[in-house]
Amino acid sequence: MAKNSLASPVDLVVIGGSAGSLDVILRMLPPLSHDLRFPVIIVLHRKSTFDSSLSDLFATRTSLTVKEAEEKEYLRPGVIYLAPADYHLLVEKNLTLSLDYSEKVNYSRPSIDVTFQTAADALEGNLAGILLSGANADGALGLKTIHSAGGITAAQNPGSAEMPYMPNQALALSVVDYILNIDEIAYFVNKLSDSKTKFHSE
Amino acid sequence: MEQNALKDTDVETLLNDLLELYGYDFTEYSKASIKRRVNRLYILDRFLSFAEFRYRIKADPDYLKRFVEQITVTVTEMFRDPPFYKSLRENVLPTLGTYPFIRIWHAGCSSGEEVYSMAVLLEEANLLHKSLLYATDINPEVLDKARKGIFSLAHMKQYSENYISSGGKKEFSQYYTANYDKVIFDDRFRKKMIFSTHNLVSDRSFNVFQLILCRNVLIYFDKDLQTRVFDLFEESLENLGFLALGSKETLRFSNIAARFKQTDKEKIWRKIA
Ligand SMILES: C[S@@+](CC[C@H](N)C(=O)[O-])C[C@H]1O[C@@H](n2cnc3c(N)ncnc32)[C@H](O)[C@@H]1O
Repeated sequence: MAKNSLASPVDLVVIGGSAGSLDVILRMLPPLSHDLRFPVIIVLHRKSTFDSSLSDLFATRTSLTVKEAEEKEYLRPGVIYLAPADYHLLVEKNLTLSLDYSEKVNYSRPSIDVTFQTAADALEGNLAGILLSGANADGALGLKTIHSAGGITAAQNPGSAEMPYMPNQALALSVVDYILNIDEIAYFVNKLSDSKTKFHSE
Repeated sequence: MEQNALKDTDVETLLNDLLELYGYDFTEYSKASIKRRVNRLYILDRFLSFAEFRYRIKADPDYLKRFVEQITVTVTEMFRDPPFYKSLRENVLPTLGTYPFIRIWHAGCSSGEEVYSMAVLLEEANLLHKSLLYATDINPEVLDKARKGIFSLAHMKQYSENYISSGGKKEFSQYYTANYDKVIFDDRFRKKMIFSTHNLVSDRSFNVFQLILCRNVLIYFDKDLQTRVFDLFEESLENLGFLALGSKETLRFSNIAARFKQTDKEKIWRKIA
């Protein structure tokens, strides 16, 4: 399944993580390029009590705008959107965001699968998905959807993950193009923003 | 759940059928959400083809009920977002208390948890005797549940925690009677409630209220539909009345925003003009 070289850069990057992924994100943010050409959506499993302070915490680590996703807002390049606690976050074809308080998926709300799958559908494959540490199976099917839609997929190296279960689930489905160590994640995202980069699946 | 079994055009076809045959209009719901719900049901009920699914919806009235109940999201709880209820207690009920008679509308009340929570607040503020709670939903099935006032005992622990964080000082269990795995709320609450179907997309204003709650319904509507529903609420609200939305919903960008003022950091607005 050789992936064709990318004529245009991706239009969206979605990142999902659960237990053990907060630190990974905090380490990924500072080296991120200041002029990313696409929006980034981060879906983290977290306790609802954590709430909006998480986007403030992230904002201290990057000069990119970090905000909690609001319903019906348009995705803008160079902005990092965080899924709010206790709502699923869906990407619409008109590149707006919808929130949805339906049943938990994989015991999770927000569910990484829901965001990954709707994003893959909305972007028709013109996106990249990254799955981080976690002790839950959420995200693996979503990564598979991105993969089948022609998107680029990556997972945190299970060896570097505090909870390897989640990336391992994706690897077991054979849908992961790139396996990344923690310090490689920001570099990978920056490269996606560079139109000259050509990505191939291994 | 696996990937999409149904295409966008399939979903559109179904929604058009529903509108033509039954007058249910879901065409202005958020697309990604509705597509996910329809796909979920298709997989859950193990249909083998789109044609079979479509036929069943058209030909089987019982299945139509299921379809409507399942593609709308009816998840709810008592005292959901406790700080919101706390704000109702502190900032809204004292004002409502100055009226000789209080009319409240719960639009999209689902199985009634929100309505019973409100009735408890009113009773604790000594206002229940002069209040009437109109509770409406598109979905007759959830209204049947709401009317009965019967809820699962398993949820009561969570609900009484919510109740306490909303500023409740009593023993929450005094408001209901437990029976095996169910609880039934006291009759005095139900006597103050009127349940009825009402479709926010197609039905009109039917009364004027001092408080309208429409929580976690508008997130499923697209912008144009939201605009029309806001107009409906404005028309149904007395001057100086209150409009309460869900914790992720806002009036801020709407056409009626200029005539409303947010009362505090909770999603409660007051009609000021
Ligand atoms: C997620 S529930 C919200 C229940 C409660 N208000 C809460 O916040 O917990 C959404 C409700 O809106 C109802 N609904 C959806 N579309 C509607 C419409 N067009 N008119 C009236 N109710 C609608 C659904 O049937 C469902 O019961």
